[in-house]
Amino acid sequence: MEEVINTKGLRRVFKTRARAVEAVAGVDLHVRAGEIFGFLGPNGAGKTTTLRMLATLLPPSGGSATVAGCNLLTQPDRIRERIGYVGQAGGSDREITGRRELEFQGRLYGQSSAAARKRAAELITMLELEACADRKSGTYSGGQKRRLDIGLGLVHDPQLLFLDEPTTGLDPQSRARVWDEVRRMHDRGTTVFLTTHYLDEADALCDRVAIIDYGKIVAEGTPEELKRAVAGDVVTLAVAGDQQRALDLLEDQPFVREATLDEGSVLLYVDRGEVAMPAILRLLDGAGLTLMTIGLHRPSLDDVFLRQTGRSLRETAA
Amino acid sequence: MKLARDTGLVFGRYFGLFIRNPAWVALGVLQPVIYLVLFGPLLKSISSVQGFPPGGAYNVFVPGLLVQLGMFGAAGVGFSLIAELRAGVIERLRVTPVSRVALLLGRALRDMLSIVVQSLILILLSLPFGLSIHPIGVVITLGLIALIGLMTASIAYALALWARDENTYAPIIFTSTLPILLLSGVLLPLGLAPQWLRNVAALNPLSYAVDAARAVFRDHLSDPSVTKGVAIMLVLSIVAIAIGARSFGRAVA
Repeated sequence: MEEVINTKGLRRVFKTRARAVEAVAGVDLHVRAGEIFGFLGPNGAGKTTTLRMLATLLPPSGGSATVAGCNLLTQPDRIRERIGYVGQAGGSDREITGRRELEFQGRLYGQSSAAARKRAAELITMLELEACADRKSGTYSGGQKRRLDIGLGLVHDPQLLFLDEPTTGLDPQSRARVWDEVRRMHDRGTTVFLTTHYLDEADALCDRVAIIDYGKIVAEGTPEELKRAVAGDVVTLAVAGDQQRALDLLEDQPFVREATLDEGSVLLYVDRGEVAMPAILRLLDGAGLTLMTIGLHRPSLDDVFLRQTGRSLRETAA
Repeated sequence: MKLARDTGLVFGRYFGLFIRNPAWVALGVLQPVIYLVLFGPLLKSISSVQGFPPGGAYNVFVPGLLVQLGMFGAAGVGFSLIAELRAGVIERLRVTPVSRVALLLGRALRDMLSIVVQSLILILLSLPFGLSIHPIGVVITLGLIALIGLMTASIAYALALWARDENTYAPIIFTSTLPILLLSGVLLPLGLAPQWLRNVAALNPLSYAVDAARAVFRDHLSDPSVTKGVAIMLVLSIVAIAIGARSFGRAVA
């Protein structure tokens, strides 16, 4: 299948006075045409830096990449014509109306003023901004503002759209609308590359995801594949007193593939939860540990993340 | 062609932002009026001081005021850019195929235009007070002030893109413009200065602009200092535009 993004050993080093920090340390990515690709990772993992490099905003320190069929290092101008980019801050000016912003953006992509007006009107209808299009964007609600920002990335109908944390800070309803918008872009054949630290978002929205941590890709695949690779089931339990004792006792058991502590409870990755549970109960009982809570669930992307990085995304995202 | 079109678009955006805000327009007109009302009355008596150049008080002071207006008027333009950086506007513009030179030039031309209009108002308002100037002199002066504005705005934008923060930008821009202005003789002609100060001023490119403007206001349009001042400002403006455009092109972390 055709790849819209292909990177080899993409690197970015930031030099500060004291030292050089390798924010992106050799990233290989393969994003296929037409898919929604999720780029997951905690803050500071290199998500935004990678995204900004792919969107021609930041020159890579090393490696190579092809974006929308063009060489990132030698043809950034051609790439700019084919991609849309919606940054975390958005990009619309508070003092300018949404309609004016959309029209101006279209003109920057070479549209005639008539074409830009027509396209702006289309986007206003599509994104349901009719009620506020002629007001300054500083008066918009969070959801309206985000839809306008997405519209700015869509004026030239790009084949590839980058969204940097598109739903961060939105209320659940606005978030759902952004998801709908992303799905509609997907239905029209646009490739969407989005970063997020909401795992449920990646799970619900993305065809494939990659997890980045400390500047390196630690896992890549469909959400299903990644979850399957973690384990069959996850058992979460808490005992009275020191959780470490329970962890020490259980992590050496043959049926436990992996065990870790997370937010004051013990997480056990096991192949078959229904078999493991009775054994766990017997072991804890035998060791005189009082079980407070126990639960069994299918692995989530958070479990994938925890296993790959040793940290919970929920705590790092805060 | 693309550069001209893109520059026009960017200029249109920022000119529109300015003209749609009555407060900015009023402030722009008010500034030269304040100079004249609050500073003009001082001029009458000072022109009799020994060593004061010939040609009438207003003909000596107005050129200095214009240069000051050109520089101070453009020095603060970086503040709005920093606000735009924060709102992601600059990043959004940089990801489009728009010319990087146009991103700088469109804005700087808007700033230049507002300074030229202000300068023209200042000159016209000074005429009833005894300023006398040849129409060609007005054109040359406005051209000179336009270059100063263009140069200062370009440097201010480059600095703002580098600083990314008002608390870094403000002290640098204010501590650098003040000595540059004082050492150019905008307030009082450097003919009154001791030799060492004149030597330092000779290193300040803006002092040549002030010399040129003063010569024009003495009706010495063919004076070599006019050509020299305009040429120096022209070269520096081009260099400043190149630096500013490069800042827009380069990614900032």
